[in-house]
Amino acid sequence: MKEYQTIEEISGPLVFVEIDEPVGYDEIVEIELPNGEQKRGQVLESNEEFASIQVFEGTDSINRDASVRFLGETMKMPVTEDLLGRVLDGSGRPIDDGPEIVPEEREDIIGAAINPTAREYPEEFIQTGVSAIDGMNTLVRGQKLPIFSASGLPHNDLALQIARQATVPEEIEEGDDEDGSEFAVVFCAMGITAEESNEFLADFERTGALERSVVFSNLADDPAVERQITPRLALTTAEYLAFEKDYHVLVILTDMTNYCEALREIGAAREEVPGRRGYPGYMYTDLAQLYERAGRIKGREGSVTQIPILTMPGDDDTHPIPDLTGYITEGQIMMDRDLNSQGAQPPVNVLPSLSRLMDDGIGEGLTREDHGDVSDQLYAAYAEGEDLRDLVNIVGREALSEQDNRYLDLADRFETEFVDQGFDNDRDIEETLDIGWDLLSMLPKSSLNRIDEELIEEHYREDVDEPGEESAGDESDGAAESEAEA
Amino acid sequence: MSQATDTQGDEDGTIASVSGPVVVAADLGARMNDVVYVGDEGLMGEVIEIEGNRTTIQVYEETSNVAPGEPVTNTGEPLSVDLGPGMLYSIYDGVQRPLDELEDQLGAFLDRGVDAPGIEMDETWEFTPTVEAGDEIEAGDIVGTVPETESIEHKVLVPPDYEGGAVTNVEEGEFTVTETVVELDSGEEVTMHQEWPVREARPTVDKETPKTPLVTGQRVQDGLFPLAKGGTAAIPGPFGSGKTVTQQSLAKYADADIVIYIGCGERGNEMTEVIDDFPELEDPNTGKPLMSRTCLIANTSNMPVAARESCVYTGITIAEYYRDMGYDVALMADSTSRWAEAMREISSRLEEMPGEEGYPAYLAARLSEFYERAGYFQNINGTEGSISAVGAVSPPGGDFSEPVTQNTLRIVKTFWALDADLAERRHFPAIDWDESYSLYRDQLDPWFEENVASDWPEVRQWAIDTLDEESELQEIVQLVGEDALPDDQRLTLDIARYLREAFLQQNALDDVDAYSAPEKTYLIMQAIKTYNDEAFAALDAGVPVAEITGIDAAPRLNRIGTTADYEEFIDDVESNIESQLREKY
Repeated sequence: MKEYQTIEEISGPLVFVEIDEPVGYDEIVEIELPNGEQKRGQVLESNEEFASIQVFEGTDSINRDASVRFLGETMKMPVTEDLLGRVLDGSGRPIDDGPEIVPEEREDIIGAAINPTAREYPEEFIQTGVSAIDGMNTLVRGQKLPIFSASGLPHNDLALQIARQATVPEEIEEGDDEDGSEFAVVFCAMGITAEESNEFLADFERTGALERSVVFSNLADDPAVERQITPRLALTTAEYLAFEKDYHVLVILTDMTNYCEALREIGAAREEVPGRRGYPGYMYTDLAQLYERAGRIKGREGSVTQIPILTMPGDDDTHPIPDLTGYITEGQIMMDRDLNSQGAQPPVNVLPSLSRLMDDGIGEGLTREDHGDVSDQLYAAYAEGEDLRDLVNIVGREALSEQDNRYLDLADRFETEFVDQGFDNDRDIEETLDIGWDLLSMLPKSSLNRIDEELIEEHYREDVDEPGEESAGDESDGAAESEAEA
Repeated sequence: MSQATDTQGDEDGTIASVSGPVVVAADLGARMNDVVYVGDEGLMGEVIEIEGNRTTIQVYEETSNVAPGEPVTNTGEPLSVDLGPGMLYSIYDGVQRPLDELEDQLGAFLDRGVDAPGIEMDETWEFTPTVEAGDEIEAGDIVGTVPETESIEHKVLVPPDYEGGAVTNVEEGEFTVTETVVELDSGEEVTMHQEWPVREARPTVDKETPKTPLVTGQRVQDGLFPLAKGGTAAIPGPFGSGKTVTQQSLAKYADADIVIYIGCGERGNEMTEVIDDFPELEDPNTGKPLMSRTCLIANTSNMPVAARESCVYTGITIAEYYRDMGYDVALMADSTSRWAEAMREISSRLEEMPGEEGYPAYLAARLSEFYERAGYFQNINGTEGSISAVGAVSPPGGDFSEPVTQNTLRIVKTFWALDADLAERRHFPAIDWDESYSLYRDQLDPWFEENVASDWPEVRQWAIDTLDEESELQEIVQLVGEDALPDDQRLTLDIARYLREAFLQQNALDDVDAYSAPEKTYLIMQAIKTYNDEAFAALDAGVPVAEITGIDAAPRLNRIGTTADYEEFIDDVESNIESQLREKY
């Protein structure tokens, strides 16, 4: 371990140090200020004479008298099962006055890529209890499914609802001994406000979820550079819990927009050639290194499922942050301002939402035989109704055919009954699909062109025509007695 | 990746600086594009710039903890691939290291500093010679065959850089790929293994105009926008529009002899799906396992960026090797945008002057070089073979005016534009019929006329016209509603709807519908045209339009796609439509 007092230049988050012995790329650095304060950083570039260091806690009050120690290793996260229930800061140090953490292992935070041949394809349905997700954009274990939101929308409530309600239906039958494969949450806050963070923590405490959670907290007033390592620490912990300790880990990363802003800040400080909108050209690679750490591995019990949250600047999904994210993640859940002002909880717009892994996670034996067809038909019908709304504004409802009016009603009921369920309402998949059939039965059978004819016979409701009734909890599908019609 | 041989006289150097995947070495006596091993761990890299005593290297692996002062060893050879039997059924990373081999060595996570040859050097193959002692052979000639997989007979080729000569000795039987099977009087020895630098196209005699379609089994593609064997195509689309599903359908159902599928900078789970699915699927053309004709190259988005840059070259070189045997090869690259971004990332680390949107100025040149390696070729050994290249493009924000899409469109002749709007309403494949085009249509028409139906071009033109008319009418409908249109136009809308739902849409997840033979594609189009003709006849006879569109036979058109015995079903639907409509007048 070599110590220097040779800082040459301090610029933004970067410190340039003159060195006489080579240091490794990505190596961890400790900087001790004359007043005894310690800061940590990482080597960004290294040659024979200079090392440039990015300081996680920010460079304020560093001067040229500070001493710099190179630790000779890359950033490691001390991991242990005891991390569950703990609250850590953005650099992984406990801030909850709990006992000291005794690590079982120290893992490199730059995770190695999972070999695609070693991956297990994710197809275990996770029931989130949210119809817009379960029914239309099903989440599966090992998936990375971001929430695309915008300022002022209740994405946190949705994330909490998922964290609270997520179960795997067959888990109950497994009859595993006390602590077989369990569910754990890794919550990684990047640049969110203290208020938001408290909201999460309060909810975790209220529901008892904190005991099975690890919280990493880099708040809005914490140094931006630290945001670069916070998600890596969180994901390293998640991988350890999942692949060494057999937990099913749900990782909530919020807010990815702040992470990308930090990336841009560092890129600018390093005077790099910027890509689109000033974000660095390697942002795709960088984001992929986070998102791709979700998944399952053959022969191991646990899984890492990611729900990153990002707020789209200006509600624009072509902005580089949502755009690059969408190219890496396996779909997205889109929050919608209009639905939010209508009071829909959660305000999920299913049309631009997507779950790429849905098709293999649903159907007979997984959810229900009719799931795929129902979801396809609802998509098509809702899209049709949405289109017609524009037309109604011009010509009025009277000018439309009876069939068109049915689509319009269906679109309305879809929003008020299917999507809007309340943040405290936990619906199982049967209930979600039955509501779907309630809606589809507003259309004549011949219009259900995406559903298998046998399934129509089995589930179509001849009697439901009066809209508006709240579909209550325990409606079994046995009620769907339909008669064949020529 | 080939084990580069020890070359004397090349000076080894030391690392001067490290910044991510870009390493600068001092005192390294290397040539441009030489492969070098960097640092104490021997990470593989390639020379990309030489300036005085300083050599810039792009490293194919993560460089954390690599420090200046560590050694750099030169192999003196450019980045090459191992070619020989055993490549089919394989899954490689971007520099041709077999991923299953890496899994055995490293476990589930990809660590660094590990090398493995692209083909198994110890495995033996049954070699059957096709030449005898005394035969005069030249570079590129076929000297024997090896049963590589159930469906592919591997032809053993004289390497293209050999001089050739008279055969002095021929072996027959079981050999490893490194053992000599044919000896020449020039002193050259032919083995079943050869190496070829990835950035250099393998030589051919001539490029010809492609005249046979690459039948994809996808109605919108075969029917409206066909691709030729030896043609090039681009599939641009925003995220979620189904690029990968479209590429995978092509890999599964295209009637090529060999399929090279390059997952370039895409999702790990997606590659796993391919790896899991393909071995279980059958090639619809031969009934053999799909993997027996497939070679996968998987460089997921979190694998090293430099290897992402090289993976398309690795893929196309393997494709050229099989082309030289006289096979029709289809190559899918998903996605070329990630490849371009890898170029951009490395270029910016080199502090090169950027061109448009930060991409290097040589982007267009690299793209056209790549697509030019596709085509229908006259090989140097007299056989004919083709490479059809299909590149997915992922334009940021779905904006087709960005450099990668634009530069690709200047080269490729088939354009399958994916549309987010169609995808949102679950119209799959979400290929936008207004924007897409194929410049191969005319040269492929004779094939379709001869092999499918003599009026194929006419029926297709009718479908295109009807869809065009619908687009125009839809604009009016948006303003005034459908009821304000005259009867004949309302009928056109109804017919166009069947074209969209029964013909253009195709369910990749349905066992039957996933593959539609050209005959089926034609018959569906023809059935809708029958409905069109009958319906307009009825309209002329004074039947109200609502009654025409209300017949219950017509909606059954939508079920043809998923019906296995489609011929009978179509006959039935057509005669029902006919009788139900004729009853009305």
